[in-house]
Amino acid sequence: MAVTGMTRTNGLKKALPLLLPAYGWLTLAIFLPLSAMVYFSLLTTMSSTTPSLTLANYAAFFSDPLYAVLLLRSVKLALLVMMICVVIGFPAAYVLAKIFKGRAREAIFLIVILPFWSNSLVRVFSWSMVLREGGILDVVLNAILPFKVSVDLMYSYPAVVIGLVHSYLPYMVLTCYLSLQAIDDALIDAARSLGASRTTILRRVIAPLALPGVLAGSALIFIPVIGSFMEPRILGGRGGTLYGTVIEDQFTAVYNWPLGAALSFILLAVVLAILLAAAPVLRKAA
Amino acid sequence: MMKKTTAILVGLGLLLTATTAMAKDLHVLNWKGYGTDEPFATKAFEAMTGDKVVNDFFNSEQEMLTKLRTNPGLYDVVMINAAFMQQALEEKLVQPIDIKTIENYKDIDAAKATSTMLNVDGKTYGVPWTWGLTTIAINEKAFDTPPTSIKEMWNPDHKGRVTIRDDAVEAIQLGALATGQNINDIKDIDAVKTSLAALLPNIRTFWSSENDWNQMVASNQIDLGTYWSGSAGRAKTKFKLPVALAIPKEGAVGWLDTFAIPQGAKNVEGAERFIDYMLSPDFYTKWDETVGAPVSANARAVAALPADSFNRKVMGAPAVADRIQFQEPITDAQREDYLKLWQSLKVGTN
Repeated sequence: MAVTGMTRTNGLKKALPLLLPAYGWLTLAIFLPLSAMVYFSLLTTMSSTTPSLTLANYAAFFSDPLYAVLLLRSVKLALLVMMICVVIGFPAAYVLAKIFKGRAREAIFLIVILPFWSNSLVRVFSWSMVLREGGILDVVLNAILPFKVSVDLMYSYPAVVIGLVHSYLPYMVLTCYLSLQAIDDALIDAARSLGASRTTILRRVIAPLALPGVLAGSALIFIPVIGSFMEPRILGGRGGTLYGTVIEDQFTAVYNWPLGAALSFILLAVVLAILLAAAPVLRKAA
Repeated sequence: MMKKTTAILVGLGLLLTATTAMAKDLHVLNWKGYGTDEPFATKAFEAMTGDKVVNDFFNSEQEMLTKLRTNPGLYDVVMINAAFMQQALEEKLVQPIDIKTIENYKDIDAAKATSTMLNVDGKTYGVPWTWGLTTIAINEKAFDTPPTSIKEMWNPDHKGRVTIRDDAVEAIQLGALATGQNINDIKDIDAVKTSLAALLPNIRTFWSSENDWNQMVASNQIDLGTYWSGSAGRAKTKFKLPVALAIPKEGAVGWLDTFAIPQGAKNVEGAERFIDYMLSPDFYTKWDETVGAPVSANARAVAALPADSFNRKVMGAPAVADRIQFQEPITDAQREDYLKLWQSLKVGTN
């Protein structure tokens, strides 16, 4: 007993230098600012030197339907972006993991993660060159097609979806790729030798085994998209008012940090609630 | 031994105070990239007075006020929009300025210098520096003759080809102008709401930076929209874009930026000299020439510009002066109400 106890403390001691940087950083960079935000969200005002504590900022969310409408709109957008990412990302990951080998795989992989290497603002602005009337897409389509079309997607809801899908697709491809690659090819061969059709293999063998990757990717996409504000603001035009942009306005335009912080925590609560509701599915998949 | 140490310490102390007395720091609080932080200006000022200019920036007027509240004694000069002076005065954040020490003060346009927003009980708290307009600008390709009415933005011919800034106060004031109201005393907010709701279908997108506006004109995506006078001037002269300012008969929103000295400033003398330098024709002509500036409040500085310059020719026209409604203070509560109204208009939940 004594010996195991000692090795345990010994192990902890050894692990401490490895753990400390990460946890120290987390405390400093996440916990402290977040606690400050909790405090701000409870203040009556930022402008006075003697503010008092209140819950009015949280109440504001419930008293004005505007915020709920916007939050619903953001949730819908996040779900749509997430689903498009699954539809596009899963087949791409499958091809990468199971069909391409060697050089070809590396090359395709590079294309998938290339967007990660560029600044997100640059990506969004380059979309604005593609999508606008007289932009690249418009010109190319009119050069190919025999009839005249006018493509002007800029400053619209589809433009926001396109921009967000482009930004977040790599997450889906990467997580799906990891779980697909872990599937033993022998399982697929066995299923085939037992007479399973392609769709049956996909449905009964590959899909269940790849599910954790798909779910992880979905969560990684859903959470940031629900609070996104940059893409909607730049690409969305007058339809680009979402929950995230309203929070941004509170911080930058009216300097009402308390309301902005409160709205952010309500968003956090909603995201956590959605993830909790999805927890049984997640656990089953894992 | 003891004596020697004391002597050395005293000597060191004297040396320190001597150096600080010789070259003082001058802490300036302003928007980033708005004149006071131009390298040519800080260099020239340092050469002239020996004071080193240390710039600090804010992103909104509310932030500026908070910085003054939380750092008393840190700043020597602060740039305050005249509409926010009242709030700064109520909270005793600024001190009276001895205008006799500011030589260029006498050349400031009298109406601006004596504004009741800047002068209280015979004391001057703000020295007018620059002014400009928020009005409409047009894409010259879309018009044979420039429009004379603000209502042109509502014209269905421009459906999807109008832009306004995504700013609640500007939007509401635009609605006020269009419904013939005083921007500083909006009586019929419902009329403003209806008018803006009618405008929204014409809007292509909201602009947030000068670059947005200029790009939309360059790629011929808009016909007209609200714009700042200085930006329109820059678009025309610097970027050679087909942009022209149209100051409609309904009026235009004017803003006035001023310099103030915060309560407890450590380098008041330096602050006075800095404000004087910022108003000088010398600084202003170089600023307008190299970067592009709003209109100086100093008439002599504007007169020193080339005769065909935008700030002299367009902004100096008498017709312009008649149509300006200068923006007056807005309370925080009003601002938040405006934002809420504007957000709900954008979302369409009304």
